Amino acid sequence: MAAYEKLVKQYDRQVFRIANHIVQNREDAEDVVQDAFLKAYQKLNQFQGNSKFYTWLVRIAVNESLMRLRKRRTGKMVSIDEDVETDEGSMPRDLADWSPDPEALYGQSEMADILRRTIQGLPPGFRVVFALRDVEGLSTEETAETLGLSIPAVKSRLLRARLQLRERLSRYFKRDAKPAQAQDGAK
Amino acid sequence: MTCTEFLAQLDEMLDQDAAIPLRADLEEHLRCCEHCEITLSTTRTTIQIYRSHEIYELPEDLRERLHKAILAKCRKS
Repeated sequence: MAAYEKLVKQYDRQVFRIANHIVQNREDAEDVVQDAFLKAYQKLNQFQGNSKFYTWLVRIAVNESLMRLRKRRTGKMVSIDEDVETDEGSMPRDLADWSPDPEALYGQSEMADILRRTIQGLPPGFRVVFALRDVEGLSTEETAETLGLSIPAVKSRLLRARLQLRERLSRYFKRDAKPAQAQDGAK
Repeated sequence: MTCTEFLAQLDEMLDQDAAIPLRADLEEHLRCCEHCEITLSTTRTTIQIYRSHEIYELPEDLRERLHKAILAKCRKS
């Protein structure tokens, strides 16, 4: 048990972040963290040494998160394929350049709020790919394996997630942006 | 090279994949297309900002509470 406690301490923050990225609700994310670590503990004997423990744990956490989303939507099926067939983000529209130091425009908590609200507007299947590849630093191959997607599907979702986030953040960060716009909420 | 062709290679540019086919053409396109130059730089900033900000922080008291709950459930199972 001491060895498992060490694993919990090593990966709890990452699992909490990934769960939040998907469920967008702190209480649900807390439940996901507990359920994911419990499930991983119960299935430790099924863990194949050919993948990293972390990516195996992330796969469990992603599945638990999607189940939580489904519960919240009273049984409606939720999958990482939901709403991904959109053309939004396939071609940039807002092409104004950004302030040279966009982070200086907002305080720490206001910035976190902007980033949370902005990513919240993306479909779950884009959020999770962006979170795993760009926030958690998994490779394209690890992300594909974790989500059960093909490598081209991961690449396509990542590109559109990045472009959609860029487009939505433009209103806050472009050269003539006023911090007061943050009050309006993300598009 | 068109903007659409450039955009198809944007991820490779962002991930600084040294083996991008047509790298010279992409860089040439960037030199003469302000829109794609802005798209590349602002998308790069988007990723950096999300990486450098902890938007879902796990406070220490909650963390301890979760550890206790997880270990208790594991012992029971």
